[in-house]
Amino acid sequence: MVNDKNSQKIVDFIQNWARKHSIWVLAYGTGCGAIEIPPTMTSRYDAERLGVRGAATPRQADVLLITGYLTVKTLKRVIRVYEQMQDPKYVIGFGSCTINGGMYYDSYNTIKVLDKYLPVDVYINGCMPRPEAVLSGFARLQKRIAEGRANGAQQYKDNLEWYRANQKKIIPNWIMPEYNW
Amino acid sequence: MEKVLLDILGAIVTFLVAFVVGMTYGGLNRKITARVQNRKGPPWYQNFIDAYKLSSKKSAIHHGVMHHLGPAFLMVTSVMTLLIVPVLSHNNWFPNLNFQGDLIFLLYIMTFGPLGMALGAGQTGNPNSAIGVTRGLSMMVGFEIPWVLALVALMIQYHTTSITGLMAVQAHSGTWLMFSSPFAFIAAVMALFGMFRYSPFDIVGAPTELASGPIAETGGKYLFVMMSSGSVFTFAKLTLYVDLFLGGADNLFILIIKTFALYLIPLLYSLVSPRYRTEQAIRWFWGWPSFFGLLAILQAIIF
Repeated sequence: MVNDKNSQKIVDFIQNWARKHSIWVLAYGTGCGAIEIPPTMTSRYDAERLGVRGAATPRQADVLLITGYLTVKTLKRVIRVYEQMQDPKYVIGFGSCTINGGMYYDSYNTIKVLDKYLPVDVYINGCMPRPEAVLSGFARLQKRIAEGRANGAQQYKDNLEWYRANQKKIIPNWIMPEYNW
Repeated sequence: MEKVLLDILGAIVTFLVAFVVGMTYGGLNRKITARVQNRKGPPWYQNFIDAYKLSSKKSAIHHGVMHHLGPAFLMVTSVMTLLIVPVLSHNNWFPNLNFQGDLIFLLYIMTFGPLGMALGAGQTGNPNSAIGVTRGLSMMVGFEIPWVLALVALMIQYHTTSITGLMAVQAHSGTWLMFSSPFAFIAAVMALFGMFRYSPFDIVGAPTELASGPIAETGGKYLFVMMSSGSVFTFAKLTLYVDLFLGGADNLFILIIKTFALYLIPLLYSLVSPRYRTEQAIRWFWGWPSFFGLLAILQAIIF
């Protein structure tokens, strides 16, 4: 096949369509928002009909769901998990805490703005967001994927130094094992 | 020369049919599970979308040569099993490489893939993978006993060690082996539960307990290869059962009806069962299934 612009466009369209309809979520239960995930996945709201499905490990996942506040201690694990995921990967910030700290705005032990540490593709507002809001967040993410605008992973790679500097400011003893991603 | 080329073409056609049918069964599995749980569920072609997405992942890391080869081992096993099992009774489009004694060869080759996979999973260094592998090999010790007993009973009863031989027996006598050696059929179907690893025997890849076990460190294109080899293997196993016990099939339509009816047995049993622990699973396989296997041997020797 000729690798010109138009054929690449068609391939991109088909791949984005597949990515949009098959979202494997790593619901990393960082905060209290994790309790909204079971009703989203099970009979009442049934996210599987949209192709949204839980993944067991970061290697298999497409979407990292940050459910609520992130403590300084958890941030280190979340960064490791995010860097283990395979491209293309997306991050959903879930709840007010990931946007501006929410009710933990003056806490000494949580981070306030998630976007400074990981590239967030979609935010879901609320404290807590109900399953309807979670589904609408997934729909927004699907729309962004279809339009080819969900490129947080690329942004992370391009601005890695800026992200690392922010992360190291929060995590003083930066001892991370060597791994290839 | 021409025959070889035709055989290769036929093998590709067989592989494609197995891939599509296996993937569709996987999708129907998810749909049926959803309907039983009073959900709408994903569309039946959801597995194709998942597979395409996995194959179009931009990065795929591996942890060494064995981990890189693990999915290939599984794929080789699936394709070899598929090519030895006769898909249709009289059809040139589906060649098979069967020979005298292929039933014994099949017993060995069906454990080859999981062993290669186990080596690959060991190289990742993930403790969940190691636990999953030990559980998988333990459970294989469990379900291989009734499976081997059932096959040995068939070999003793009909004095043949080839699959086509057993199919010829059924075509000649007009009764399926399911009825003429019922105990072997019961033991083999019970062993099928272990081969499919659906609930309550999903102790190997328990997603919430072991983080999907041996495939915990596998993503992207590797997972795609494993997913498609699993689908092909599903089709090969079900076709083998149809050939051995349900008299084979003359065309694809009958084959699909028979294989799907067989597939529904472990599927529907999984929907109402929670997960066993490893020792409970092995005890289950060494209980009634092995008892029926021994009955089958007795029937084969006495009658």
